[in-house]
Amino acid sequence: SDTKVMTCAAVWRMPKELESGSHESPDDSSSNTQTLELLCHLDNTAHGNMACVMWEPMGDGKKIISLADNNILLWDLQESSAKAVLSSSTALEGKGQLKFTSGRWSPHHNCTQIATANDTTVRGWDTRSMRQIYCIENAHGQLVRDLDFNPNKQYYLASCGDDCKVKFWDTRNATEPVKTLEEHSHWVWNVRYNHSHDQLILTGSSDSRVILSNMVSISSEPFGHMVDDDELSDQEDQHQEEKIKEPLQDSVIATYEEHEDSVYAVEWSSADPWLFASLSYDGRLVINRVPRALKYHILL
Amino acid sequence: MAAMTAGSGAGGSPEATGGSTGSGGWRRPHGPLQRYYGPSTAEAAEAAPDPTDINGPHFDPEVFMTKVRSECPLGQLLSHEAALGREIRALDSDMQTLLYENYNKFISATDTIRKMKVDFRHMEAEMDDLAANMAAISASSARVSAALQDRHHRGAQLSGVQALLRKLQALVEVPGRLRCWAGTEPARALRCHARARAVLRHYRHLPSFRAIEDESHAIMADLAQRLRARLRCETLNPKELTECVEMLLQLEEPAEELSEEFLSQAGVRLEAELAALEAELPMADPLGTVTMPPPPASDILDFVDRGSSAFVGTLCQLAGSYRTLFGRDTGCLEPFTAALVARYFALLEQRLALEHGLGDTSLLVRALDRFHRRLRALLELLPTCTDAAAELVARAARERVDRYLRALQTFFLGCLGDVRQALAAPRPPGKEGPSLPDLLATLASSVLGQLKAVLAYVQLFTATDVAFASLPYFKGEFCVTAVREGLVVAFMRWLCRTVRGFADGLTERGAPAAPPALLLLLARLCLDYENSTISYILTLTDEQFPPQDSGPAVTPGPVLCAEARAAAQRLLDHYVQVQGAAVAQMLRKSVETRDWLGTVEPRNVRAVMKRVVEDITAIDVQVGQLFEEGVRRAQSSDSSRRAFSVYSSSRTPGRYAPSYTPSAPMDTHLLSNIQKLFSERIDIFSPVEFNKVSVLTGIIKISLKTLLECVRLRTLGRFGLQQVQVDGHYLQLYLWRFASDERVVQGLLDEVAASAAHRCLDPVPMEHSVVELICERG
Repeated sequence: SDTKVMTCAAVWRMPKELESGSHESPDDSSSNTQTLELLCHLDNTAHGNMACVMWEPMGDGKKIISLADNNILLWDLQESSAKAVLSSSTALEGKGQLKFTSGRWSPHHNCTQIATANDTTVRGWDTRSMRQIYCIENAHGQLVRDLDFNPNKQYYLASCGDDCKVKFWDTRNATEPVKTLEEHSHWVWNVRYNHSHDQLILTGSSDSRVILSNMVSISSEPFGHMVDDDELSDQEDQHQEEKIKEPLQDSVIATYEEHEDSVYAVEWSSADPWLFASLSYDGRLVINRVPRALKYHILL
Repeated sequence: MAAMTAGSGAGGSPEATGGSTGSGGWRRPHGPLQRYYGPSTAEAAEAAPDPTDINGPHFDPEVFMTKVRSECPLGQLLSHEAALGREIRALDSDMQTLLYENYNKFISATDTIRKMKVDFRHMEAEMDDLAANMAAISASSARVSAALQDRHHRGAQLSGVQALLRKLQALVEVPGRLRCWAGTEPARALRCHARARAVLRHYRHLPSFRAIEDESHAIMADLAQRLRARLRCETLNPKELTECVEMLLQLEEPAEELSEEFLSQAGVRLEAELAALEAELPMADPLGTVTMPPPPASDILDFVDRGSSAFVGTLCQLAGSYRTLFGRDTGCLEPFTAALVARYFALLEQRLALEHGLGDTSLLVRALDRFHRRLRALLELLPTCTDAAAELVARAARERVDRYLRALQTFFLGCLGDVRQALAAPRPPGKEGPSLPDLLATLASSVLGQLKAVLAYVQLFTATDVAFASLPYFKGEFCVTAVREGLVVAFMRWLCRTVRGFADGLTERGAPAAPPALLLLLARLCLDYENSTISYILTLTDEQFPPQDSGPAVTPGPVLCAEARAAAQRLLDHYVQVQGAAVAQMLRKSVETRDWLGTVEPRNVRAVMKRVVEDITAIDVQVGQLFEEGVRRAQSSDSSRRAFSVYSSSRTPGRYAPSYTPSAPMDTHLLSNIQKLFSERIDIFSPVEFNKVSVLTGIIKISLKTLLECVRLRTLGRFGLQQVQVDGHYLQLYLWRFASDERVVQGLLDEVAASAAHRCLDPVPMEHSVVELICERG
């Protein structure tokens, strides 16, 4: 039993001080490191290694889904999160040893859908029936590493993988990607939509780069001007300028090369939509901002 | 002396008469001529009188004698004398002969003159008689003529009456003749009627004439009826039709009506020709089933031949006679012919559409040529039709060129299929697989050969003996737009696109992936195209189809070359990715499936590493068949590379040492970070150059990076770490020589080892000497 490595999952509580008092003096918090409070373990002895744990995106935070080997496990937290009860589960059956690598809980459809990745396939599941609802075979040439749902468009899904590509899918049409990005020169480990401006896509890769892309054409942002042009006929000049500025193409906004080793995690700030962090193998955490010019362009 | 004198005296007396005859005897042929032609040399000599010339007129015997006597010796005198004597005798005898000869003539002349005198007296009397007789004759003749005058008058009158009567007779006979001829020889009847018509019309106030006229009119009307009936219901050949209408015209039928009638008849006839042509076309399938129509019975040349000889010939003939019959200002001929020609064109087009396959292009060209030539006959008739014909020919030519493009594409795909088969064919044991350069050469040469053949075929359209080749379209636009752009450039572009397709979309979504060797082969093909083939083909095309200066813009060679190069780059990159992924997959599976925590102490290099080295060596051989070696980054010195294993063995432990001491983890980080700061960033899936070393470096980078990432995801025990160490050293030993820069291999393997150490629960490295020993043994 000594020689066995097991990946487990548990529910923790963040220290109260961090939750409320973000304005405390930084030196104080660094001097005495706050510890997390263990609430409960998700018991996976019967299901295998935990690959991924997801909170329900909305709601009261009582539901958790975890992916263990080829199982999808839906947990209910009870007794003020001191106990996790397995409420339902399903297993992916098929040839060979199927293992989930990643998953994502959709914030749409009243939080009844999740998407999972195993090998090169992306699957969608309904959490009520625990049945598969769609399947994108060969979503990537090699392993799919991560998924993310567009927070504003309910059928849009981003995926990334070992073929160095980031792909955007409409889950209603699983045969062809809507868009493909090929900017990285090695495996893409993470893809994240910005929570409020879903044209901003963040990707992290083991080529040690973080890339911020602007995917206007497939975002919820109106593409082109929706204001009636006739009303503004007197402001012709201004109009001209706007038109030059307006058709912002899908493009890479910036490539961040601060990391010296593979980047394994990128995440947007949940508080400030213009802030994001990335973490690399050598332990370097880099926090960056969306370029000011782009920010104003989006806001104004 | 006396004899001499006498002789000379005797000679002198006949001199006056005989001298002339003597000299005449000598000179007869010359004298008159000389007199005629003016003074001759002889007379010139006479101008200065020579008294010593015995034959001259100024001969003076005295002078002659003195001269002879004083000049000549005696002997000569004697001989001279003898000669003179002989001459005189000869002259005498001559004179006698002449006298005898002419004597009779003198006598008879005298007799004749005497007789004449008597006869003339008789003649006078007879002449008087004659004069009297003549006078008597003239008198009696005058009497006779006076007596006959009256009768002569009456005779002339009578003969006039007879002529008139004969004419009347003819007129009276007209209806009968007309009736007789109308049935059998309408033309003769018409001629007869035409002659009689004017007279009849003139004398129509006389009842009898009117009766005749009426009758003949009736007959002619009947004839006209019959002719019309014939015109309507019978199928006449164009000549008969023309005759018929001509006769009707002579019968003063309304021209307009006739012209319509004529056209409709001609229409029926031509429609029949067209219908005959149409019958050869397979029926359009009313059910729309997709069965291929059976191949047409006759070839296109035959079809066009028949069409032009039958239809166009008849049309020309009919149109010509229409013009002679009705003049040229009627406006209905042109729309009529235009409609028919349009139908003919439509039929021909249908027939051309049936030329599915490539068939015989020369046949097609000849058919089109004939068609075009024949239509020139219609040029005068219908000026627009030649434009339409040229359009049709151009369309057919373009169509054919398009077919060739498709055929080329099919051919290329076929070649590719062959290559794929050759690559995929199971190799008998102990035998080498097909050599890539051979396959490449076969592919390239067959494609090029096919392209050349196609160009040769297409050139038939612009051959000098083809009439339509002189059209401006075929001189300019066809060469540039259809052949150069539409065929050659389009094919190159298509080729680049197609081979790119092997790298781009196909592999992702289910379609059978191209074997790596094929990718490599195609990359080389594209590169060759970029280097030489494209410019060669374009030059060839421009030679065979010279572009015109003012023609439309052409795609320049460099653009195509750039496309080919992009395709080659894409293919080679894809090759690297595919091969790298294959090796990487092996490495990943080997790392993921192994229990690194519970493994035993390493005794051997793992089999998968040997396999990796074998595979990469095989790839090296494969790439080496088609691509040049390329340059390696120069090392500090040559000896250092040769002594690599020694060098690295002395260096590596020193570098590894700190990372394995768990007491100083911060140092490790610091060290590796500093090291990275100074080393170049390695792009894993980056474009490669067109040489072996670069390709191999790309593949090795992908493989080792995968190894690195996979190791990082595992948790290792002490022996696991040691196994990674052994494997890494083994790879280093065998892979450095393939890479352009061995430091890349070294750096990645160092990171693998460092990462493994990080993920190790009990990081105790193996003695380096042991590692070396194990590797050498393996």
